[in-house]
Amino acid sequence: MSGTPEAVVKKFPHWIEKMSEAIVGEEDGVWIVKPNALRAVAKYLKEKKGYDFLANVAGVDNLLHPNRKEVDRFEVVYHFYSTERGGDYIAIKARANAENPVLPSLVPIFPTADFQEREIWDLYGIKFTGHPNLRRILLWDGFFGHPMRKDYHEAYYEEEHRPYNSRYPEGHYVSQEDRTPWKNNLVFPNAFDPEHWQAPEIYYEVGQDFKNIEKLKTDRIVVNIGPQHPSTHGVLRMIVGLEGETVTGLELELGYLHRNHEKIGERNTYLMNIPFTDRLDYITSMTNNFGYVLAVEKLMPKVVVPERAEYLRVIMAELTRAMNHLFAIGFLLNDMGAFYTPSLYAIEERELILDLFEMASGSRMMCNYMRFGGVAHDVDENWVKLAIELVHNRLPRALDEMEALLTTNEIMLARTKNVGYLSPKDAIAYGTSGPVLRGSGVPYDIRKAEPYSIYDRFDFDLITEEGGDVYARYMMRIREARESVRILKQALRDLPGGPVMGKPLPYMVKIPANEAYTHIEAPKGELGFYIVSDGTPNPYRYHVRAPSFVNLNSLATMAVGHKIADAIIILGSIDIVLGEVDR
Amino acid sequence: MFGSGILKGLGVTLKHITTSYLDDVKSIPTRYAGGNTIIRQPMNEEGLFTIQYPEERRVLPERFRYVPMLIYDAETGKDRCTACGICAKVCPAQCIWIVRDQNPDGKPIPESREFYVDIATCMGCGLCAEFCPFDSIKMNHDYELSTFKRYPDLVYDKEMLSVPTTYYAQLYPQAWAEEQERARQKAEAKQKRAEAAAARAKAKEAAAKKAAQIKAAAQKQSSTDV
Repeated sequence: MSGTPEAVVKKFPHWIEKMSEAIVGEEDGVWIVKPNALRAVAKYLKEKKGYDFLANVAGVDNLLHPNRKEVDRFEVVYHFYSTERGGDYIAIKARANAENPVLPSLVPIFPTADFQEREIWDLYGIKFTGHPNLRRILLWDGFFGHPMRKDYHEAYYEEEHRPYNSRYPEGHYVSQEDRTPWKNNLVFPNAFDPEHWQAPEIYYEVGQDFKNIEKLKTDRIVVNIGPQHPSTHGVLRMIVGLEGETVTGLELELGYLHRNHEKIGERNTYLMNIPFTDRLDYITSMTNNFGYVLAVEKLMPKVVVPERAEYLRVIMAELTRAMNHLFAIGFLLNDMGAFYTPSLYAIEERELILDLFEMASGSRMMCNYMRFGGVAHDVDENWVKLAIELVHNRLPRALDEMEALLTTNEIMLARTKNVGYLSPKDAIAYGTSGPVLRGSGVPYDIRKAEPYSIYDRFDFDLITEEGGDVYARYMMRIREARESVRILKQALRDLPGGPVMGKPLPYMVKIPANEAYTHIEAPKGELGFYIVSDGTPNPYRYHVRAPSFVNLNSLATMAVGHKIADAIIILGSIDIVLGEVDR
Repeated sequence: MFGSGILKGLGVTLKHITTSYLDDVKSIPTRYAGGNTIIRQPMNEEGLFTIQYPEERRVLPERFRYVPMLIYDAETGKDRCTACGICAKVCPAQCIWIVRDQNPDGKPIPESREFYVDIATCMGCGLCAEFCPFDSIKMNHDYELSTFKRYPDLVYDKEMLSVPTTYYAQLYPQAWAEEQERARQKAEAKQKRAEAAAARAKAKEAAAKKAAQIKAAAQKQSSTDV
């Protein structure tokens, strides 16, 4: 944002309260917008400045932050990007007081704010006026309290100063299960009476506006798909309103795998968080590591990553992408009813890639491979030889085989063409990213729009598909995996020698008080990490912008009007992993 | 032609069926004859990709990590661990618990008396092994740890965690060779330093002698002058 703070405040006196303290990349700070002007500012950014992509909405509780003692307690940060121009984000903040935290909702302008604002309401208790459906999203509706607030103590770890000392302070091993649920792990409302307590209503009237669907002469029924259902890719519950077989409304019930990753992240040190990020999207742990270490390195200006480590990071990330896209296609087939056999064809190469990961990092799925300032282990000659063999022969052949199996297959075409259409405008508005966004014809890939690491050195194409339907997303994945192979060929060819780690960092790094949002192009979309540090060894605020979670915003729009069997395929085409959705 | 895509797809399936059967036929009469057959998919594997565990097992790479192990010297029986506690501080799951040993006077000594790892909470990330300054913790390759009771069977004490250096050398041949090389270099450097120190001492001595001689000579001369 250009201009000195005074000039900006003078230009928009009725919008801007003041400027925030300096953050990474914004020496002047960012706008702290008056709550009642929030929508006006968002509209201005969207329509006048071209910032049409609201990537991230994150809440912050300022209660214990050493530099923010005087300010209002709650803060919501919005990060906007431009899908046309690319480049860096623009951030605005809005603050709400402790007694009555209320902010206007941005859902009318950016529908993508829907899930993210619900998450903030759930975890921070900030109300958003004008939100169409403001209820808890990750936690159970009967939950008492808002766990991400700084005065909400996590069960068992009730120290103010984290990282906490030890799980076994006196060396006593107590089974955590024995302590729950009726001992000291529960917080009850003041006047809680278990005799007269009634479970909250958790079945909702499902329904979007679906006037365009002809009224059929059938009973309207509501069907729960999941949480235990093979087609929901995990523990996800879809509440579907049906007229006959046609979906007339769809609501998602999330949070069955919720473990408050962010709260855990705030009690851990920066280093301890790396293995936890593996568990976000457990198919693509390498890219999760990548995003996280980039985010923390942004806050550590002195850290220099050696060349070889940069190449290894890119190699791992692209192997992950190729593997993830094959996996997604395989399980899309599973959703279409081609049970297990074709999906196993799709993950044969994954087996070999996981072998490579295991040789490099020690684990197949929970890699824990990247570190601040490099990677954990070097790879040897033999590894590079195997990787070259894989990238030059096997992966292209596997992709060809997938195409022979599917691309012209009439059943595939019948099931996926014109199913789950998402217009480019909607795709941006709903904040979708990755193959879903590009499958709708929006050329926005973070590796091109704002190249991180060393992606600017490689020659690869930005893939888009114009269809906007399930078939386009399938083609998108095949073609993008081919581009990954292209990057891999170049990276393995140019892989330089040398160390993989600069000066080894201590196990407890202290980072000066600052904040940054970093996003990378994960296989499923934009994976962002918003980190606020306060100078202590653990992050003050650690927020994960999970691509699967935000992409699910668009599911209802895509599925309404289709048959219920198609809704399953549409869900499969978004390619979600519940470890990341529920965090 | 309508249907050609399906036929093409069926061709792919047919190819997979034949290759997997051919793969199986290669090992006639049976693939699992020898009990613990250890196989690994090579990069040119076609056909069968599945491994029939537990009859077949994969070859584990050296860096494979599962749960921590504590290394003691096979010759002297002395622990490498000095109870510095870095592993316990760096552990993301906080599943390590150490008690430092004391000598009879009650002063703490650099050895651990108790060392527990709660395997049930361990996430196998390997950070303890990575940050151990004495190469005392390494990750074990033994992954068959199931028991009937979580407590206390899955809380490993020092006895269960300890392995001799010979076991470590067998599990991690490359890292062991590197470690030996480092130790050798260190010893060499130490010897070199000692030699240099000795040489310096000698030179100093010689210089002192010479100085004394010169002084004596000067005194002699001065006395003759008088």
